[in-house]
Amino acid sequence: MTALEQSKKQPSLWEIFAVFAKVGALTFGGGYSMLPIINKEAVERKGWVTQEEVMDYYAVGQCLPGIIAINTGVFVGCKVRGKSGGIAAALGIAFPSLVIIMLIAALLAPYMNLPIVQKAFMGIRVAVAALIIQAIATMWKKGIKDIFTAIIFAAAFSLAALTNISTVLIIICSVVLGIVIKVFAMKGK
Amino acid sequence: MIYVLLFYEFFKIGLFAVGGGLATIPFLYDLAVKHNWYTNQDVVDMIAISESTPGAIGLNMSTYVGYTTAGVLGSIISTIAIIIPEIIIVIIVSKVLNQFSSSKYVVSAFYGIRPTVTALICVACLEVLKVSVFNWGEFLQSYNWAALVNYKAAILFALVLFLVFKFKKHPVYYIAGCALAGMLLF
Repeated sequence: MTALEQSKKQPSLWEIFAVFAKVGALTFGGGYSMLPIINKEAVERKGWVTQEEVMDYYAVGQCLPGIIAINTGVFVGCKVRGKSGGIAAALGIAFPSLVIIMLIAALLAPYMNLPIVQKAFMGIRVAVAALIIQAIATMWKKGIKDIFTAIIFAAAFSLAALTNISTVLIIICSVVLGIVIKVFAMKGK
Repeated sequence: MIYVLLFYEFFKIGLFAVGGGLATIPFLYDLAVKHNWYTNQDVVDMIAISESTPGAIGLNMSTYVGYTTAGVLGSIISTIAIIIPEIIIVIIVSKVLNQFSSSKYVVSAFYGIRPTVTALICVACLEVLKVSVFNWGEFLQSYNWAALVNYKAAILFALVLFLVFKFKKHPVYYIAGCALAGMLLF
């Protein structure tokens, strides 16, 4: 088999799974932090996709429901080996999370009631609040751009904070509103 | 049947949580209210652990909730359930990738989704504040205004908020620092 044939040979599902398991294990925090690792593994080492393709997948992945790392991985897997490649990539990314979190949950459980651990978590909760506020600030800049988006924000906030309407329903309404405002009222302005 | 219920709830999250890991938080609070699988305070602890361990936050959270609710099998089921809708959607979209990202309907849907997800996460953040900076649970029982704010936590919060915006370091540093501060302060 020549080098060319070798490089054209489809990678095995196991290989796709293994590469994305590595991506999952080395991604710390999800989303954007996964891109350099996908670039290193799938672009540079394996040559499955180009860096531009990965950027496109990531951009579209953000616009799809679910976990962005999985979305991006499934795109790469599909490109390399069709549907089964996509599934192998998704399972690969999910695998390290499953193992690591199960271990931590099991190891931590017996200690959760110790006073010192409780105190540590009281501190940690404060950090979580601050980190979420930072994420909200970033999202605010991207999402609230004019009077309509400000109204949608206020409406969604009031509904979620004051009523029991389900999160799913609020999101569906926002999709409909977005399309109505942009496509019909503003004529795609 | 707890496993069927877990599968159903996480399949729904996978289908509707747009905007990455943090977008799953409002749904997790929904589940806390709806099924009593865990408390609001547990959600915050799960966020902290998910942010400070390897792996995408959304996946870590689904595994954690599944484990807390129904052990090893629960965590496998909830994680598989959250990724199935995504696999299906991406396989479909990958065939029409170019039309998809330039479609005016997709762009407009996002015009509506972005402010909504921001609002949902703001509401989730209030829940986090209730168990971190405020003594909300105790306050609801006593209506003692003097005990509403946990002052030590409020000071720590102001400090961390400042640091988070000033130095955009990885979350794990702030979480580790606050764990230490918590052991010393509280």
